Amino acid sequence: MHIHLHTDEAGRGAGLAFKMAERGGRGSGGHGSLDKSITLPPDEIFRNLENAKRFAIDIGGSLTKLAYYSTVQHKVARVRSFDHSGKDIENEPLYEISVQEEITARLHFIKFENNYIETCLDFIKDHLVNTETQVIKATGGGAYKFKDLIEKKLGLKVDKEDVMTCLIKGCNFLLRNIPHEVFAYQKDSDTEFRFQTNHPNIFPYLLVNIGSGVSIVKVESEDKFEWIGGSSIGGGTFWGLGALLTKTKKFDELLQLASKGQHTNVDMLVKDVYGGACQTLGLSGNLIASSFGKSTTADKEFSKEDMAKSLLHMISNDIGQLACLYAKLHNLDKIYFGGFFIRGHPVTMRTITFSINFFSKGEVQALFLRHEGYLGAIGAFLKGAEQDNPNQYSWGENYAGSSGLMSTSPDVYPMQRTRSGTFDMFEMDRLERPLVNLPLLKDPSTYIPDTVDLTDDAMARKYWLTCFEEALDGVAKRAAASQPDSVDAPERAEKFRQKYWNKLQTLRQQPFAYGTLTVRSLLDTREHCLNEFNFPDPYSKVKQKENGIALKCFQSVIESLDSLGWEERQFALVKGLLAGNVFDWGAKAVSDVLECEPQFGFEEAKSKLQERPWLEDSYSQWLERLKGPPHKCALIFADNSGIDIILGVFPFVRELLSRGTEVILACNSGPALNDVTYSESLIVAERIAAMDPVIQSALKEEKLLLVQTGSSSPCLDLRYNDFVCVLKYLSHPSQKCLSWMTISNHTSRFSRLDKGLAVLVRERKTDLVIIEGMGRAIHTNYYAALKCESLKLAVIKNSWLADRLGGKIFSVIFKYEVPCK
Amino acid sequence: MTPIGRRLRSFSRPLPEGRGRRSAPLGAGALRAVAAAVAVEERGAAQRGAGGPWDRAVRRMEPRRNGGGADEKPRRREAENPRRWNGSGTGAGSAAAGPEQCEGGGAACGLRRDSVRKNRPLFPWFGLDIGGTLVKLVYFEPKDITAEEEDEEVENLKNIRKYLTSNVAYGSTGIRDVHLELKDLTLCGRKGNLHFIRFPTHDMPAFIQMGSEKHFSSLHTTLCATGGGAYKFEQDFLTMGDLQLRKLDELDCLIKGVLYIDSVGFNGHSECYYFEHPTDTERCQKLPFNLENPYPLLLVNIGSGVSILAVYSKENYRWVTGTSLGGGTFFGLCCLLTGCSTFEEAMEMASHGDSTKVDKLVRDIYGGDYERFGLPGWAVASSFGNMMSKEKRESVSKEDLAKATLITITNNIGSIARMCALNENINRVVFVGNFLRINTISMRLLAYALDYWSKGQLKALFLEHEGYFGAVGALLELLDSA
Repeated sequence: MHIHLHTDEAGRGAGLAFKMAERGGRGSGGHGSLDKSITLPPDEIFRNLENAKRFAIDIGGSLTKLAYYSTVQHKVARVRSFDHSGKDIENEPLYEISVQEEITARLHFIKFENNYIETCLDFIKDHLVNTETQVIKATGGGAYKFKDLIEKKLGLKVDKEDVMTCLIKGCNFLLRNIPHEVFAYQKDSDTEFRFQTNHPNIFPYLLVNIGSGVSIVKVESEDKFEWIGGSSIGGGTFWGLGALLTKTKKFDELLQLASKGQHTNVDMLVKDVYGGACQTLGLSGNLIASSFGKSTTADKEFSKEDMAKSLLHMISNDIGQLACLYAKLHNLDKIYFGGFFIRGHPVTMRTITFSINFFSKGEVQALFLRHEGYLGAIGAFLKGAEQDNPNQYSWGENYAGSSGLMSTSPDVYPMQRTRSGTFDMFEMDRLERPLVNLPLLKDPSTYIPDTVDLTDDAMARKYWLTCFEEALDGVAKRAAASQPDSVDAPERAEKFRQKYWNKLQTLRQQPFAYGTLTVRSLLDTREHCLNEFNFPDPYSKVKQKENGIALKCFQSVIESLDSLGWEERQFALVKGLLAGNVFDWGAKAVSDVLECEPQFGFEEAKSKLQERPWLEDSYSQWLERLKGPPHKCALIFADNSGIDIILGVFPFVRELLSRGTEVILACNSGPALNDVTYSESLIVAERIAAMDPVIQSALKEEKLLLVQTGSSSPCLDLRYNDFVCVLKYLSHPSQKCLSWMTISNHTSRFSRLDKGLAVLVRERKTDLVIIEGMGRAIHTNYYAALKCESLKLAVIKNSWLADRLGGKIFSVIFKYEVPCK
Repeated sequence: MTPIGRRLRSFSRPLPEGRGRRSAPLGAGALRAVAAAVAVEERGAAQRGAGGPWDRAVRRMEPRRNGGGADEKPRRREAENPRRWNGSGTGAGSAAAGPEQCEGGGAACGLRRDSVRKNRPLFPWFGLDIGGTLVKLVYFEPKDITAEEEDEEVENLKNIRKYLTSNVAYGSTGIRDVHLELKDLTLCGRKGNLHFIRFPTHDMPAFIQMGSEKHFSSLHTTLCATGGGAYKFEQDFLTMGDLQLRKLDELDCLIKGVLYIDSVGFNGHSECYYFEHPTDTERCQKLPFNLENPYPLLLVNIGSGVSILAVYSKENYRWVTGTSLGGGTFFGLCCLLTGCSTFEEAMEMASHGDSTKVDKLVRDIYGGDYERFGLPGWAVASSFGNMMSKEKRESVSKEDLAKATLITITNNIGSIARMCALNENINRVVFVGNFLRINTISMRLLAYALDYWSKGQLKALFLEHEGYFGAVGALLELLDSA
């Protein structure tokens, strides 16, 4: 027995006792081909049921959406500092690495056909342990019908929630939390999906929910919404009338018919009324004058396809027109469409979009949601989870556990990939801190972190997907090697490899599956997949070793810098920063070198650098600026561990401090490639402080602050800097010399100083932002405009990208920008 | 006002003055005239298939063109065409207006005297509105013809007058709405009766053919026509009937016609009426309405499609919107769903059906009213929503389906009209158009829906001459131009 999941997941062992009627099912397909249903054991769908609670269910006319909250045990990498006082540190590693369990919250949403409901409930019942749940929140038209069944099967009390309240709650939740949730549909564009940047203010908007009828709701705030109108001509009309006209029973089949039909055979067009005069009159003869106006006869047969198409046009146009009239009356320009009539059907989105453009003359935008089908379930869940305050947290889409948007290409859709029998999943992980904008952004509402939109740029997309594919084996190998004591590490590494491979194949076919495709999203997806298989930090050992080596060179680097004259020193510092940035395990060109040339060091890296003038070179301006008054405070986003942070960034920081500039050094909260993490940065800082009085006094006097970005991405989204926890450096270590360096239980020399980065940046009057590395300064933020001076620097360690930017590999980007007054 | 509102209002323009209209710019006027049009993005999709009334009309036209040639005198084909206008209708009709007589009178053409003119256009006075489905023809029959005038009246003019006034049906499809006839009307100083005639647009070629056979062109009259068909058939009038049409903007004509007919009244009765207590089936009754100060009003013209106009004064009006869900949709869907072939048949079926078997009502979903949104249980939640179920599809009758189609289309028009009224801040909505002919169900539903959903703020008004205002307007243009 199979259930079919339209994710790219590979099956994990068959033979689980999961009896389910097979309906139109197909066997498991081989790898590589997309758009197939893959046999998958149900525990891959209903995941983490052990600790599941707060169930909610949304039962529509044909699809059931189940939601629950669960906790996931994650392996997280921790670094532990030794107390080195009085010991010989030469032969010991800098710090210890260990893997700990951490519990994080996750929201699970699963969508499946109503026919599976009984089997699914059985499965859930059998696997539900440790739950104190007594109640299941239910919404949707079918909640009534299945009430008894749910109560009997799950032993939970069904608590019904208002459909529209759930929809709105769900919609607000998605709009707030998921970037690229919203898209406009463009038929004739290369990219059908035009994803929208999340606007900080999502209200007011119009939600047009097209179920069997149409509800038009004006949403003004989180809790305030009003049903302002509706129409009885909706999805039920298409389905009911369509079934009568074409004798086709299924909704999806009707749409399939419609996509093949010619409505002009059935509709009376303007040119049918005006004749050939349309052209000379400048009339658009293709406009429909009267829907079904040509079928006013008993003695002609019309094709099913043509009638279905005509019906679809009629209904879509009508809904679009009414929506525009309501939008106009209430002065709104954003209309989100949802409901089963839309359900991602391209032909419907196309006609609705056209209608809205036509009737509003382009003043109103028709918008669709990637997770539209889950609105009700999310809302019902939120109603039931109010105690847990899910709204006070931020949630992020887990790319590893979510199915993504389905293909809409006409040859694939909708029949080839039958909806029936497929399961669709959506998972969100709780981010521990709320998301805020970096206050230094010039215009947060127009800020787009990513430099290249790979959904748009087919060439770049092809390149990067291949690039990630080629690097995959290496990453998997590195992951397995990072856990030498774990017996199943090679097996998990292989699963990771397979999963990420499949994600990449999905994205080749459906670049829009998870919103706008970018290098950042590819990197993030890889991190999610690594975490999925418990590889929290594959580069931990590499980083440990490199940090140790680099620290040993710190003093000699400082000495040689100090021996230089001022102007030479400034250049050497910048060059050091750039050379450090060469050490990037994420770049294949570099990792190849590092794998086979273990002696490749700081000096070798310097020699690889492009000579001035650099590809992007504003060094002279920067030097001029340095001759002027010192900056008040610099915010630095660091990149790699080892030589980069220790021999590149810290000397640079030291120079800034010497000039009288305060420094906020921001590192990732979680691991990503060989990027330096916040906890690692603390140890490194501590060790440098022990060697260098400038750094030490700066830490003591809080002129140098170490902060975490909240991110575990090799890229940087300046809109989403998490709450940061700044630690205060203590002159004398406390008794607990061996303590885990975690956010809550930190190292000996630091004490907690909670403050948001936003507050800190304002408080210290930050007037310089330095962004380092390819991920943060080129893939993202290359075009980011800031309110203050900024320095973006990176070495391009990828020949294709270098070529694109008009340079060669190891070209240097040194972009110093001063905001225009 | 919303930004959209401001922008739209800027489109309004005064009507062009007087005679200039003959050559009025068609761009703006014609665009507004595509009132009912609704968007579709597929362009250039070829019109395929054959067999519909439309195709039939085209086909019938073709052989004549080919056979007769553009410049030749059209051949007589009445025997081949049983549905012809002047075919075997009523006995009197065919006797009075046989083509032979017409031809026989041909020699007298062009001998008319100037005494008839007196700053008036020559008789016959017609106004023609060629819509997508129906052609509406108004004919002014002068009753003050003096004996002298009668003597002078050319033969074929007399024939036309007699043919039209002595028949109530022309061919198998032409019908004179006798009950609408306006008696003792004074137009341009002439007293007479105004006749209202309609026939399907697909019989237009036959009509032109007849005009040709009766040597209509010899009367040297101007034929004023409006509606899309004025453009579509212009060339046919010219080549087949040797007639130059004077094409008129259909919205101009519509408004002109409405204002005129309302001003002259309906043979001493009020042209305009409304339904009192529309929400109360027991007490609901049709009552006259005084439209003396009509502005502003929202004019909803329901033909094959629907046009909605905001009228602020005789000269200041604006096309607000339109929908393709109109009378043509009702009739077209009814034909497909029930196999009926006439509007009358469709209406008859609808009047015996029960739409609640077909539609999903609010109470079908919520068991009663949906109080949260203030939706009454009887409101339709999903038109044809019950038809999603196979069992229910098998249990409904054709009558139920016809009724549901009627209710769906009517409610939708009501809904769009109501939104437009709100957006335009107008509270009187006048519904016209042939969709309302023999259609009390729709009229009462519109009255009810507007009253209910606006909580009594909006009033639905109706006019007795439903679909003829465009044709009347065309006639008035003829007289104005003289």
